[in-house]
Amino acid sequence: MAKYLLIESRDPFDSNDVATYYDLATDLVAQGNEVTLFLVQNGVLPARPGKRSDELARVAGAGVEVLADEFSLRERGIAATRLAEGVSAAPLEVVVDQLADGRKAMWH
Amino acid sequence: MKALNIVETAYRATIEEQDDTIVWITHAMKGAGADVSLLLRGNAVNYAVKGQDASGLAFGEARQTRPPELAEDVAKLVPKGVDVYIVDDDLADRGIERGELIDGLEHVGRGEIAALLGKFDQVWHW
Amino acid sequence: MADRKKLTFALMDAPYENARSTTALRLIAIAAARGYDVNVFAYEGAVGLPSPRQKPHANAVHGRDVDEEDHPLPHRWIAALMAETERNGGKLDWVNCGLCVDERGADEAIDGVRRGTPGDFWKFAEGSDNTLVIATRS
Repeated sequence: MAKYLLIESRDPFDSNDVATYYDLATDLVAQGNEVTLFLVQNGVLPARPGKRSDELARVAGAGVEVLADEFSLRERGIAATRLAEGVSAAPLEVVVDQLADGRKAMWH
Repeated sequence: MKALNIVETAYRATIEEQDDTIVWITHAMKGAGADVSLLLRGNAVNYAVKGQDASGLAFGEARQTRPPELAEDVAKLVPKGVDVYIVDDDLADRGIERGELIDGLEHVGRGEIAALLGKFDQVWHW
Repeated sequence: MADRKKLTFALMDAPYENARSTTALRLIAIAAARGYDVNVFAYEGAVGLPSPRQKPHANAVHGRDVDEEDHPLPHRWIAALMAETERNGGKLDWVNCGLCVDERGADEAIDGVRRGTPGDFWKFAEGSDNTLVIATRS
């Protein structure tokens, strides 16, 4: 079992590829890996409960840890206490922690 | 250390650069001794299509004399020992048939990418 | 004493074009505060990030003069991160891809930035605890 850090900087309203990336996260978990999906920049936009946030809830329900950058949320006026189901706010330090731990890391 | 370069964005500045800069850097890294492979996904699967022709551009009297040859550049990785993977579902979505592609590619389904990543120490999504 | 952690980042975006540049510097800032060794391979437009030719300007729309606007200059942030890393016992080693420098006419860079090749990026990656590529997008 390996550990992965998938960083998603794009939002699904802007790019169809985001759905493919969410699927990669769930596929990796299905293969027995531990996966964090870290949303940053416009990638946090679907973390506000809305039309596309069900996809994040699905990803979280599949066993992916879904985190959203606290600064990116605040920058966009998204309340950290009112996020889509399965999404938690987290500091960007988590990314550096996981990089330093040697997680296989990809930026999308 | 085994690394996988993933190319997804396609035709970004390829005319000005006369290359795809990630296909190019894969060649350069291999030349520097890297154990590197390439995965084409998303729009970048189009790089493997034969018959691309970007020749003939001119800006006043300034002509481009060396247009990019992206399919050839991808094909040249194979004899250098670079495994080149391509995502079949992304080809099918774009209406690209296998017969239109260069030789030497290793085909993977979208659902097989997770397992493929497990073969590499580093995965770099360019 | 535990070995100092070493991280490598590959960047591609030119300054002022995308949020990726800021997020990359945020990540480097965290590593710098921890005293990590940090390698940066600047590819394509990212070779412009450490250019000392960036200049601040006023902002007439907001009625601010140059000093009041205090416009960010990435080269200053990078210099500050180099200092911060060193203060905490680490080093920020920034390499600009040479061919990218040539084609963009970006041959000026702040002290501490050196010219290099994709081979340097591979060496960085091999010698690091981890590598993150933050690529540009069309």
